[in-house]
Amino acid sequence: MNFERIREKLNILADAAKYDVSCASSGSDRSNKNNGLGNASKMGICHTYTADGRCVSLLKILLTNHCIFDCAYCVTRKSNDVPRAAFKVQEVVDLTINFYRRNYIEGLFLSSGIFKSPDHTMERLVAVAKKLREEENFNGYIHLKSIPGASDELMYQAGLYADRLSVNIEVPTVSGLKLLAPDKKHEDFTKPMEKVKNEIVRYTTERKIIKSTPKYAPAGQSTQMIVGASGESDKDIMYSASYYYKTYNMKRVYYSGYVPVTHDSRLPAIGSKVPMLRENRLYQTDWLLRFYGFSVGELLNTQHPNLDMDVDPKLSWALRNLHHFPVDVNSADKHLLARIPGIGMQSVYKIIKARKFRKLNWDHLKKIGVALNRAQYFMVCDSRLWERRDMDAEKIKGMILQTSSGKFRNQYSTQLSLFN
Amino acid sequence: MNASTTLVYDGSFNGFLTAVFVAFDEKINVADIQKNNQSQNGLFSETETVFTNVEKAKRVWNGIRNKSHNAISNVYFAFLSEAEGVEMMLYNYIQKLMRTKNGKYLDYSDSTVLHIAQLAKKVGREKHRMEAFVRFQLTKDEIYFANIEPDFDVLPLISKHFRDRYADQKWLIYDVRRKYGIYYDLDHVEMVSLNLKDIHHNKTVKSDAFTNEEYEYQTLWNDYFKSTNIASRINPKLHKQHVPKRYWKYLSEKKVTA
Repeated sequence: MNFERIREKLNILADAAKYDVSCASSGSDRSNKNNGLGNASKMGICHTYTADGRCVSLLKILLTNHCIFDCAYCVTRKSNDVPRAAFKVQEVVDLTINFYRRNYIEGLFLSSGIFKSPDHTMERLVAVAKKLREEENFNGYIHLKSIPGASDELMYQAGLYADRLSVNIEVPTVSGLKLLAPDKKHEDFTKPMEKVKNEIVRYTTERKIIKSTPKYAPAGQSTQMIVGASGESDKDIMYSASYYYKTYNMKRVYYSGYVPVTHDSRLPAIGSKVPMLRENRLYQTDWLLRFYGFSVGELLNTQHPNLDMDVDPKLSWALRNLHHFPVDVNSADKHLLARIPGIGMQSVYKIIKARKFRKLNWDHLKKIGVALNRAQYFMVCDSRLWERRDMDAEKIKGMILQTSSGKFRNQYSTQLSLFN
Repeated sequence: MNASTTLVYDGSFNGFLTAVFVAFDEKINVADIQKNNQSQNGLFSETETVFTNVEKAKRVWNGIRNKSHNAISNVYFAFLSEAEGVEMMLYNYIQKLMRTKNGKYLDYSDSTVLHIAQLAKKVGREKHRMEAFVRFQLTKDEIYFANIEPDFDVLPLISKHFRDRYADQKWLIYDVRRKYGIYYDLDHVEMVSLNLKDIHHNKTVKSDAFTNEEYEYQTLWNDYFKSTNIASRINPKLHKQHVPKRYWKYLSEKKVTA
């Protein structure tokens, strides 16, 4: 192996792949076959974290950054003047195997710029995965990108070798897509999603009858949207996210604060701040939808098209719906407990188990790990001390903000700073 | 009231379980359970040395497991934390467990139960971290070698993970602090203790124990680690929270290169 050449390519092609946020390696439990190499860990493992705090669990690279498309938001678009490179299939295989053997990674995340045609590109991606599985007896995690516009036949093959497939919708609205990526059609994105969904459904039903049905994308599919590039509201983003969750059985939708990479009048200028707080609020909302039993209309609607920046979405919902509170933690059911601000799902579980033995008071809850600074205004427990004052939402919000601190506080605080 | 007794065991998990067995069997009023190398005589208690007996240990293990699988793993994980006084805490935990019907291990409003659960959680977290942060280096005799220095004694817990994953390569993970390692010879995993001349953390000086290729791959990994970072999102605090500094010296991507 010519390490100097590989090094150059790796620098170019890893740099171009980093804007894909997904680095999940969870959800698949592929086991080690015939004393071969690797297995997939159901819970996933982050082997390290970048200096920006994101998990590194997969070798995330592009096969090539040559691309025939010219999407405004993308760093590898045709008209951008950047150094280009391409890996050979064998080079990707060798890198993956050698990184894996040293316990650097959980597997491979392979994406690509589109060269020649979508099918031609997809074919190469599939070839890498096939080689890893069949020649190297590799059982680690493989995440392949579905190339928009790839044929059904190739998508079928991809799922046989990969654990997860994903196609990034990038722009949450169809009108935004027309503006920023005029060469691509909305259907190009949804067609591979539809195929993968149908194949997964087919696999799960057939597997019930024939145990040896070959695995098809056991970790499901995911997608990504960029936030803050084309002026959409939080409501637009979350409504289309829940559409994708429902329609295509997505395992995950990722939200990526737009990092300006190009001078283009349609996009935020280079050097403008990445909307990290907004991204954080969107993820919180996503979690509320998937694990806390909220429906998207409760959190975002025409009266509230955008999320509050100064408080988290659950607290914000609770403040708008004070008539549901206070909740008695010693008797309320799981769904209601999960709606109390400051109580997460871990605490819900512990409370439900613990209250079978005795009634819980403030002390118990504190030890269990409930964030009482928020929860105290919305609950009662086995204690005569509870919030009896009849306070309105603004008052409660003020009290909570006063007794807490937040890392993003300086970004939205209206209080004037003394020293700058 | 019975005079209280301090039980001294050999420091192994089986030894501890034997001590628990003896305490239950002889209805001893236990003052403390201590490892033999750090035992202290109490002023008002007698000392009794317990000899490890696998049969007895097994009975305690099965007894707890029959109550709950979750409880036995909590006991084992918490024991490996090597926390001061954990033996007595575990003894209380086991007493409570045996006294009640099922489900006591879920009583998070009981401070002993909650504490053991939290301790087990800590050890579990360290186990997971070690599965992530082990960095193998390929030696000239084709063994993938790694040094670690975990907060808790997690080698027995991670051995299965590495056995299942790296079934076709020889590997050795050596705990520098506890001076023993686990070695896989393509057939089974065994415990080894060796006399290491030097500790292989992520030095820039190349050691001739490792292949040349090894350093090439470390360079590639280092490069990859740098180019996958998005500079405009830099967040050192979050980074350190996920990868605490005490692990850095064994991580090849944290090597300081010129």
